[in-house]
This record gives sequence, structure tokens and C-alpha cells, in this order.
Amino acid sequence: MSALRQIAFYGKGGIGKSTTSQNTLAALVELDQKILIVGCDPKADSTRLILNTKLQDTVLHLAAEAGSVEDLELEDVMKVGYKGIKCTEAGGPEPGVGCAGRGVITAINFLEENGAYDDVDYVSYDVLGDVVCGGFAMPIRENKAQEIYIVMSGEMMALYAANNIAKGILKYANSGGVRLGGLICNERKTDRELELAEALSERLGCKMIHFVPRDNIVQHAELRRETVIQYAPDCKQANEYRELARKIHDNSGKGVVPTPITMEELEEMLMDFGIMQSEEDRLAQIAASEA
Amino acid sequence: MAKDIPDPIAPEKLIEEVLSAYPAKAAKKRAKHLGVAEPVPEGETEIVSKCDTVKSNVKSVPGVMTIRGCAYAGSKGVVWGPVKDMVHISHGPVGCGHYSWSQRRNYYTGTTGVDSFVTFQFTTDFQEKDIVFGGDKKLEKTIDEINTLFPLAKGISVQSECPIGLIGDDIEAVARKKKKDIGKTIVPVRCEGFRGVSQSLGHHIANDCIRDWVLDGEGSEYEATPYDVNIIGDYNIGGDAWSSRILLEEIGLNVVGSWSGDATLAEMENAPKAKLNLIHCYRSMNYICRHMEEKHGVPWMEYNFFGPSQIAASLRAIAAKFDKTIQDKAEAVIAKYQPLVDEILAKYKPRLEGKKVMLYVGGLRPRHVVTAYDDLGMEIAGTGYEFAHGDDYKRTGEHIKEGTLIYDDVTGYELEKFIETIRPDLVGSGIKEKYPTQKMGIPFRQMHSWDYSGPYHGYDGFAIFARDMDLAINNPIWGMFDAPWKKSA
Repeated sequence: MSALRQIAFYGKGGIGKSTTSQNTLAALVELDQKILIVGCDPKADSTRLILNTKLQDTVLHLAAEAGSVEDLELEDVMKVGYKGIKCTEAGGPEPGVGCAGRGVITAINFLEENGAYDDVDYVSYDVLGDVVCGGFAMPIRENKAQEIYIVMSGEMMALYAANNIAKGILKYANSGGVRLGGLICNERKTDRELELAEALSERLGCKMIHFVPRDNIVQHAELRRETVIQYAPDCKQANEYRELARKIHDNSGKGVVPTPITMEELEEMLMDFGIMQSEEDRLAQIAASEA
Repeated sequence: MAKDIPDPIAPEKLIEEVLSAYPAKAAKKRAKHLGVAEPVPEGETEIVSKCDTVKSNVKSVPGVMTIRGCAYAGSKGVVWGPVKDMVHISHGPVGCGHYSWSQRRNYYTGTTGVDSFVTFQFTTDFQEKDIVFGGDKKLEKTIDEINTLFPLAKGISVQSECPIGLIGDDIEAVARKKKKDIGKTIVPVRCEGFRGVSQSLGHHIANDCIRDWVLDGEGSEYEATPYDVNIIGDYNIGGDAWSSRILLEEIGLNVVGSWSGDATLAEMENAPKAKLNLIHCYRSMNYICRHMEEKHGVPWMEYNFFGPSQIAASLRAIAAKFDKTIQDKAEAVIAKYQPLVDEILAKYKPRLEGKKVMLYVGGLRPRHVVTAYDDLGMEIAGTGYEFAHGDDYKRTGEHIKEGTLIYDDVTGYELEKFIETIRPDLVGSGIKEKYPTQKMGIPFRQMHSWDYSGPYHGYDGFAIFARDMDLAINNPIWGMFDAPWKKSA
């Protein structure tokens, strides 16, 4: 068995992290990799396409029922899904109460201490929207994920989020070993999307790992609680995910310390692409239309 | 004793020497907190004071040892804790409540565990899941359990520990809900320890909660008399409030509420009906007095029951707010206790006269006890507060002499240096300062807890105060400080 490889998917909320990561991991199994998924989102939707079920019981939910994590066994929280992929969900409180970040820390520590990381080649963390606090930075701290993959698109807010996540990675890259694996662009069919994604990856000093085209078959599979790999293994989109999986697999140790840019630089970049006006121009335009 | 008595050093020079050990930035910051009482400028009253240039109530310098506490200590430990017929929940993990358990000697009457709970410790004992999923449900359950187990508890206060503020639990909503459920006063206090620079903000927050969750309630049915007063800011350490109360009652006043030493919830609810609020610890309870003045029209005044001269002055000042019967009784009471005072002074003054004292206490006593020492012929060489504000330093000037060393939020190092150099005959401070001072061969009395003695308030308290100071200073142990084999032949 080769050394354990730990990766994490981050990105703006709703960008398709869970869908992209599960499809990619399903493809990675075809490369004979044993995989553990650690869902780090209180919504607990990081494993449903692999398990073909509704949401699985989460570590924290079961721990709260049993008393504490000390009362849990690994078997209680780990389910095996598509082609042997091991699935866990950290879980967390309902929106608006408690501390979900602490929940992520608790759950990851439990999994690690109880041997969930033994006998796998890959641990993949799927983390909610943004690095809002220390808890959600847990997977990028020392001795956790070696590479972070940021799922993004050509939408402005997705670019902002990607840049912010890069800032989080930079902070921990100096103290630990985490690196930015690269950007995964999940096509939204926005203006000049591929070029923008490539431009941002250049500014961040990282790779554009893959441009995943938009294809409705992903929705069809998802509505059946399946990955495209499982639902339609021969379709074109399945091959896109296989390609992404292969690129990630070959990217081992090739992550970079990102060079995030300022808000101003990001806006300038959008202006250079002609998809954003300068503040002054836009204000002048508004004034003109109101006159 | 082998101690070489050093030549007296000018306090300005001493401060300079002490500051020289710090890095430049720390020295610059700390310099503003150290001072020497200056002469009163000509044409000014004494109250525009000798030491109100001392900077206070700001963040302690990182890296120093400060004696300060936190907002939770100020609320749970000081203001709310002594309210005896309420249960005070330390809401959060177990440590804050457990290690502050019974730290202050708030005496009370009542049957502990039945109708009084001051020496009990209640906590929600947060576990990991309470942090992750929020602790509101556990708080509700705790309140229900308390209500079942202790049906005579009149109310419950929720004293927030740090995690409550971090995870954003809605304890106000729980308080409103449970109040409806069990029909008792529930007070949610946002006194998370990380708020503010010392326990002082905790006092303020606690005062605001009394205002919002007790005084703004249904009001009380108490029928007021013309002679009703409240004792505010007396925590009944070693029975202080009791030895104060008897004097007020002897001059014909009716003490409606004692805040918060030996207090009941009903006393707090009745308080706004009083004619006058008498405030002893100004620092911790001036807020609620100002509120009662604005909202309920109750005036307030400060008083001081440490030592006969201040007691007499205070009794006269209090009586002056009432009619002649009270004023006459005040004179009679002062006269009645004069023989006791004479007796105390005859016995102790010769043994204590001229002795030098250094003080370092919380927010009131560094000025209030000065005159009690004065009555015994003792001198104050230095004094300072842990968590005073500017208005406290303004109020200090009139009590101290020029040249007195003043230190605000003094660091462990500074105080040790000051004591070592000045070598007073007595240091009055807290438990953390006690043993290092005694190891220097200098007598010490705890001035937070009265060193398990007290009361020190009132005439009866003065007798105990004088005895205790004599016991400390004239203890034969100090003559045996050096090992006999180290004595020069």
C-alpha cells in the first residue's frame, strides 16, 4: 500500500463540490484506489451518491444520541457504498445553533483515532462553502489533506470564494504541509468561463486541473442518488470525471503554495476580461440612465 | 532580623527603577498606571485629586502577571452569587463554576439547600455535544431539575461562561420560556469571561441584568415607609452588611434591601421603593443606583463604614438626608459607641501607631480602608486598585497624603519590587500576594476575604479590624524570621 493520500474539496456553496467529488471518487475506484470520504458539512450530503441512499447517520448525531463520541464504534458511523468506498459524515447542529466548526474537529479526531484511515489509499474531505472558522480549516491543517482542490466556476462570487480559500491555504501552508492542488471549473456557461478560470489559476500560481462541462446527465444521475459513473458509465460525462480523477491521481505531490490576490486585483482581472466595468464607469452609466 | 533597612527612596525614583526592567513599549504603557499622589493644585478642592492622572480600566500588558479576574467573576462571583434565595447556574463547562466555588465569604442566614444556595455550586457541565449542538436544551433541563429539586428557590440566574458567547446560544429565549413555564424569575447574564478588561465589566453587565430582568418585572407590593434605605454594594464578607445594618437601624432607618450580601430576590424587587440608596462599593454597583435614580427617582449617596471617623461622618451625612429625629439618633449612636472606640484606640493605637501599610485590593477598599488605618495612627505608603476606573481615582485623593505611591492593575513584579523596597510594616492584599509577602518577612492581611475573619464594617467591625492588624504586625513570629544559626555570633 502506498502512503495515505489525503485530499479535500472546497468551494463556494452550491458550486457542486459534493457532486463533483463523489463522481471523481467513483472514477478513482476504477484506478484500484481504496477510498474514505469524510463529509464535513452539517448538511451531510457528501456521500449520498455513493451510498445510493438518503442521508446517512452522522458521527455527531449518533454521538449526541449515545452521549459522546467515546460511546461510538467506527462501524456505527462508517457505511460502505459504491465499489467499496467507505463513507462517513461529520454532521453537525441544525442551522443557527451550536458550533458546527467544533463538530468537524470532533468528528475528524474520532475517525482518525478509531482507525477509519487505516487500510485506505485516499481520504477525501468534502467541506462546506467557505473557511468560515478554525473548525472548517481542520482538513487543511497539518497532517490532514496534502492537497486542496477548489471547485469553482466563471461566476464572480465563485472566483471570490476560490481566492479566499486560497488565502486560508496560504496561512496553513506556511505552518504545515498543505498545498493547493488546483482549480476544478464546474461549467456554468458564463462569459469566457474557461479563460477566466485559467487566468485565475495563473494568478494563484496553481493548475487548472480540469474544466468539467455542463451536462444534464449529472442531474439525471443525481435524482437517482447515483454518480454518473454508476448511472451511465459509458456516457461522455463519465469520461470527463475519469479524466479528472486521473489528473488528481497524477497530481500527487505537485500541489503549490498559492499566491492569492487582493480584491482590487480580482476586480481588475474581471475588467480586463471586459465582463466587469470599473466603478467609475458604472456609476457614470447609472447617472446617465437616470438623467 | 537581618533585613537591612534601606534608605528611604523617593517614590518617583522607585517607579523609574521598576519600569527600567521592562521593554520600552511595556514600560511606556505601565508608566501611565504608576504615580505618586501630588499636592492639590491651588484653588482646587481636594477632590480634584492627587492621583486622578493614573490611567485605569484598560487592557493589561501581555506577558505580565496581573491579579485581575474576568467578567464572569464580576457577575457570578461578586454581584449575583450572594443573592441567597436564587440558584446561580454557571452555564458552560464545569471549571469556571467549580474553581470559583465559595471563593468569597458572603455570609447569609437561611437553610442551605432548602431556601438558600450561596455555598452551592450549580453548573450545566458542558460536554462536547453541547458545544456542537448548542446548550439551550440542556439549560432548560437544568432549570427544570433545579425547580424540582429546590422548590423554594425564588429564581435562577444563568451566568454565561465563555463558550456561550462563542457558539451564540440564545439564553434570553430560554429565560423567557422557562419563566413562563415555572413562573419564577430567570435572569440570563451575558458575562462571558472574554468580555472587557477585568471583572469590572462583569459588574456592569450584572447590574444591567438586575435592571432588565428584576426591576423591570411586575413590581413589588411592598408598602414603603419614609425611612426606607437600601444598602448597595455590601457583599457581607464575614458579616460586613450585618454590622452595618445594625447602625442604620439604630439611627431609625429601615433597611429594605441589602445588595447583594445576604440578599433575597424580594429585597431586590422592593428596592426601588426606598427613599435613599446607600452605596458602599461604588465600583461594582453605581450603575444600578444611577438607574434607580433616573427611573424610580431614588437618590443615592456613598458612605464608608470602615473606622470610627468615617463611620461617624457617614452616619451624619446619611442622617442629614432625613429629619431631625434621625439626625438626633445618629448623634446618640455615635456617642453611644464612643467608649468602645476609645477602648479600641487605647488598646491598639500604641501598638500600631506609625506603622506603614501598603494596600492593593479591588475597586473600593484601596481608598475606603485608608481612614480606618488612619484612626489607628497608621500610615499608607502605597495603594492601588485591580480594576478601578477614573472616577475611583478621583475619589481616592481626599483620603491619601502627598507622596503616596499609587499603582493601577499592578503587576506581580512591580508589587514585589515596591514591597521589597519600601518594606512596609503591613501589606493588605489578596491570597496570591499573601505568601510571597510573608516570605519577605513582612506581615500580611488579606483585604478581600478579611483572612477568614471579619466583619470589618461598623463599630463592631473596627474592633476586629484593629485586633487583626495587631495580630499580624506584632506577631512574635517576625522576630524569629532568620534561622538562629545564621545569626552573627
